[in-house]
Amino acid sequence: MALDTLERTAKQIVLTVQDYSVFASRAFLNLFRPPIYWTDFLVQSDIIGVGSLSIVVLSGMSTGGVLALQSATTLANFGATAITGEFVSLTMIRELGPVLTGVMVSGRNASSMASELGSMVVTEQIDAMRALGVDPIRKLVTPRIFASIAMLFFLTIVADAFGIVGGGLVTVFMNHQNGTQYLNMAWEHIRFPDIVQGLVKPLFFGYILGSIGCFYGLRTTGGTEGVGRSTIRAVVNSSVLIIFVDFLISHLILELFAGWM
Amino acid sequence: MDVTPQQPAQIPVLAFDRVTLSFDGPPVLEDITFRVAPSETRILLGPAGVGKSVLLKLANGLLRPDSGSIELFSHDIAHASEDALFPLRTRTGMVFQEGALFDSLTVRDNVAYQLIQEEVPDAEIDARVREALRFVELEQTMALFPASLSGGMRRRVAIARALIRKPELLLYDSPTGGLDPVTSTTIISLIVKQRDVYHTPSLLVTHRLQDAFTLCTHRFDPDTGRMVPLPKGDIDPGTTFLMLAEGKLIFDGSLEELLASQDPFVRDFLA
Repeated sequence: MALDTLERTAKQIVLTVQDYSVFASRAFLNLFRPPIYWTDFLVQSDIIGVGSLSIVVLSGMSTGGVLALQSATTLANFGATAITGEFVSLTMIRELGPVLTGVMVSGRNASSMASELGSMVVTEQIDAMRALGVDPIRKLVTPRIFASIAMLFFLTIVADAFGIVGGGLVTVFMNHQNGTQYLNMAWEHIRFPDIVQGLVKPLFFGYILGSIGCFYGLRTTGGTEGVGRSTIRAVVNSSVLIIFVDFLISHLILELFAGWM
Repeated sequence: MDVTPQQPAQIPVLAFDRVTLSFDGPPVLEDITFRVAPSETRILLGPAGVGKSVLLKLANGLLRPDSGSIELFSHDIAHASEDALFPLRTRTGMVFQEGALFDSLTVRDNVAYQLIQEEVPDAEIDARVREALRFVELEQTMALFPASLSGGMRRRVAIARALIRKPELLLYDSPTGGLDPVTSTTIISLIVKQRDVYHTPSLLVTHRLQDAFTLCTHRFDPDTGRMVPLPKGDIDPGTTFLMLAEGKLIFDGSLEELLASQDPFVRDFLA
């Protein structure tokens, strides 16, 4: 009995991964075949990009500030408070900027995509769209995925910048250290692989949050309760996958740029 | 079984041949065979939960059968790719059970949805939307959102949306389901008007016998602009019946044949 359940669950997971792969690749390839819904892309970019700006600025700045605050004591033990700027900027650019932005935007937008598309499924609006000869993946999914990729790229830069500013403010006003030294250290130790790492990650994270949000939205069954379930799955799975893929990309880039670091 | 398949002289717009479909269990539809001829209105009867809506979704490829073939406008849609189905679907009009209007769009944008995707100029869109809404007598609702319409009005907007591109086949999924008798009559009169003015072939799903009989025994009078009864004893020759029971097609024929059927299920349903 237990084996049966295990087998069924395993099959279900494999089937879900297979369905997701087909879905995500189809949505991606749509960008290279007309019709392309540019208006929908711009609308989604506004919702995802402009709409998420405030939470990204606030979380970026707070994280940078916390990094400076927490590192101050430890670095002081080694007489290395001068490298606070380097510590904050590298941590923000390489890791926390992309991952935090990905998780924050995922919480806001993957959930919104799943619930919006899920509601459309349960009210037969998706079927109506198909019946009207419009491909819902092309019309609804592809613009959301590419808007997520494009906007997460810029939002990550914003988070990095505000993280460094937040760290700087804490360094100057709370840790009473030299601001110029902080900025010099923050700037001088950034290397090309750090920038690559920090800007490649949001491209993957944007794809993950957009495709998973839409995937679970379009798989909704079971009425309004099902919409709730899809929303939870979208947020949980996209956040976990973002953190897992972050590990893979970090490992890959560290291997690729071993000589630079 | 009381099935006498139609033998139309013309090529059917829709043809089901031994279609079977199941969802992780026993078949929902089994061995379904029927045709819809040009200008023909077919009324699909059956109790709730028997697979009528599923059958309708098979008719334009929203669902795929496990076996059998479905030909829409002489194209095999049972094995066609989703991309190949989109152009075929634009030639059909579908009215969903609850209307399925896009709730974030106005009535104008709902009705014009296909035209907007095809980048038709705004002036032409407005003219065609007004004409479609005039047909369903809702011209004044263009700027409203679906949430501010009653259930009956939403169905009428859904009919306008289905009609705007002058489809070659209409699919109605319980267009009067859940409506009061007066509103139901309004919807049925629009369907009769559509049938008698445009002669578009259609497949209409319902479990309401009264609606089905009204469709058979009434016609649209262009002089008064209203639905009027046919002379006593007359029925519309282009309106015929199908009946589903437990996933199987148990009847295919005219109103007279339906009334004369000795099938126990049909007799129970009509009683």
